Amino acid sequence: MGSNNTTATATVDFTKVKPYGDTMNDGMVQMSFTLPVLAGDEANEAAKQLAKKMGLDEPNVVFFKDLGVDFTYFIVYGKCQHTVDYSSIKVPKVEGEVMDRLECEKYIEENIKRDVVIVGACTGTDAHTVGIDAIMNMKGFHGHFGLERYKGIEAHNMGSQVPNEELVAKAIELKADAILVSQVVTQKDVHIKNLTELVELLEAEGIRDKVILCCGGPRISHELAQELGYDAGFGPNTYAEHVASFVLTEIVRRNRI
Amino acid sequence: MKSKLNLDPKIIESARSCAAGIAADMQKFIDRHTTVSTERTVVRLLGIDGVDDVDTPLPNVVVDAIKDGGGLPRGAAYWIGNAMIQTGLSPQEIAEKVAAGELDLMKLPLATVEEAQEKLLPVVTDTLNKIKAQREKREHYLNTLGEGKQPYLYVIVATGNIYEDIVQAKAAAKQGADVIAVIRTTAQSLLDYVPYGPTTEGFGGTYATQENFRLMRKALDEVGEEVGRYIRLCNYSSGMCMPEIAAMGAIERLDVMLNDALYGILFRDINMQRTLVDQYFSRVIIGYSGIIFNSGEDNYLTTADAYEEAHTVLASQFINEQFAVLANIPANQMGLGHAFEMDPDLENGFLYELAQAIMAREIFPEAPLKYMPPTKFMTGNIFKGHIQDALFNLVSVWSGQTIQLLGMLTEAIHTPHLHDRMLSIENASYIFNNARALGEEVEFKEGGIIQKRAQSVLAEAEKLLRNIEKEGLFATIEQGKFGGVKRARDGGKGLDGVCAKDDEYFNPFIPLMLGGAK
Repeated sequence: MGSNNTTATATVDFTKVKPYGDTMNDGMVQMSFTLPVLAGDEANEAAKQLAKKMGLDEPNVVFFKDLGVDFTYFIVYGKCQHTVDYSSIKVPKVEGEVMDRLECEKYIEENIKRDVVIVGACTGTDAHTVGIDAIMNMKGFHGHFGLERYKGIEAHNMGSQVPNEELVAKAIELKADAILVSQVVTQKDVHIKNLTELVELLEAEGIRDKVILCCGGPRISHELAQELGYDAGFGPNTYAEHVASFVLTEIVRRNRI
Repeated sequence: MKSKLNLDPKIIESARSCAAGIAADMQKFIDRHTTVSTERTVVRLLGIDGVDDVDTPLPNVVVDAIKDGGGLPRGAAYWIGNAMIQTGLSPQEIAEKVAAGELDLMKLPLATVEEAQEKLLPVVTDTLNKIKAQREKREHYLNTLGEGKQPYLYVIVATGNIYEDIVQAKAAAKQGADVIAVIRTTAQSLLDYVPYGPTTEGFGGTYATQENFRLMRKALDEVGEEVGRYIRLCNYSSGMCMPEIAAMGAIERLDVMLNDALYGILFRDINMQRTLVDQYFSRVIIGYSGIIFNSGEDNYLTTADAYEEAHTVLASQFINEQFAVLANIPANQMGLGHAFEMDPDLENGFLYELAQAIMAREIFPEAPLKYMPPTKFMTGNIFKGHIQDALFNLVSVWSGQTIQLLGMLTEAIHTPHLHDRMLSIENASYIFNNARALGEEVEFKEGGIIQKRAQSVLAEAEKLLRNIEKEGLFATIEQGKFGGVKRARDGGKGLDGVCAKDDEYFNPFIPLMLGGAK
């Protein structure tokens, strides 16, 4: 050993990054997948050829198993031939910080110092509560608890097919800080009519400025929401913490504490 | 058998008697009420099925017509029996005429209740015989094909397409699964009707329909004969149509059904009066059909802390047990639920999980306990997840659980892929086989961590139950004592489907099912 070995330890080149197993630039990748073919030599060969097409040199099927219905599972190692230029990567950061549930709870305790009331519903004829339930119900979605779970948030999920009038009445009754509307069905642009009607009702009741108004659904974008007169719009992959972070920081920003 | 945890039988007895008091108190309310879903179940069991020209299920059409005509307090059975007398038609023909607007059940001449009961009896007996035949068929399979060793390996399929589910279910059975649960599509629990026919589109699961039940049952019987093991089928008797789905399960020979007296109230915001009335009939059906119910206490731990709130799980198990007793469900069909959900960073967490699992086994010795895997602290790190599942499997075989819902290393990422299921079956099979008799070999240190943990959970549960007995179950739920969720007595979904029975109300199935199972 000694100093004449130092050149053998390559340092990382950030313009050409590839996976690391135990030696710089060995490109080692582990993966597993299933092919819909019978287990056997042909299956292993198929797995290797596939790995090669994925850009892996010297693919090695280290394990395979018959899954019982003419499918075979493989664990494969190989050396990745591709590199990426890490030094040129720029990822646009989302505006507004997303706090997790505990951070939201702490934020309420420190900055708002009272319970925040949020009313939500799936309005009009829409019977799909998947979205509003994912955001509001205790159980939440995908391991992300809903607003009911948040200490300091009093969440009222009115469920599906709620007329806009009832939603507005409930918001007034509970002195809601925020209203969440979910719209899943978008056939014939029914969601646009529905969402617009809600804004008009809130304006007629003179409380549009008193609540933070958000809508969500698979076809809703922030841009569309703002066009319709909402404060925020949430599309797919939204969890309770995204909505909560927005509502809570908005309450503080508007000094409605 | 001597308690390895040194649990005080007097405290167990006291907890059980409080739970019995809670259930008996609630039963008084239940006995005075019926619901649209309970009545739809009655008409289903009378043979009414199918949909009208806008796809509304005929049980809904009929019961809505009775409700709109003000006849619900008398019960749907009376109106169908009466219509049979007055028209000479079968229940299905009556339903079709109601759907076509050709028959108004409320405007027929009225027979007496006794006459209606007598007219219905052959139809009722026929249905009960069908269910009995399914129970006998299950027993026959178990006697001839046999079954896997306990803990049973329970896996889920959830493609949304019943035909794809069948491929996955057959593969799982060949890999060693003993129980296949078809996960329901998101939000089916909140539909106030049961969809009809085979379905190929769902979100995160597949619609529970009678035809889907039938298709999967047939597939599992086929694969069961192939692998030489009876493969059990599980679905959900829960949500707004709790008893209707129990009836479908009874007719199509499901073996296991998720059914919890409180779950819908707490986690789906279904009205508590509605759920408690519905759970009764659903459990009477389940008991009669030889189905194992699975209660959902594991869910408390996804919302509340598994260490702090362990006693609420035990308290709820006691309550679920006593509701089941009232529905005449034998102990060996009471699949009370619990879960391995402590934070993996908790020091000695494994010891606490073990203590609680053995505690559940000792307190409910005959119950086919259902043990649920870690979900809350699964992260997407599939390698660590696989180890968490391994610890869960070790606790299960050690403590003698009955039904093991296998954890998936890809929990929190996606519904299981074909090979995820294989890996988790392999994990469980390895550990169960390797540690099969561990529980018989090991005793615990007197006054040690494990004994003390179990004793304190039991003591807390007994205290909570005493409290609930004093305040009543409705009030307790209103205060948010289960899963940290507060629900109002008149809140939630489905209250408008609850009504008080009149003096002449009857449900022809309940007395016969209660009598028949004895």
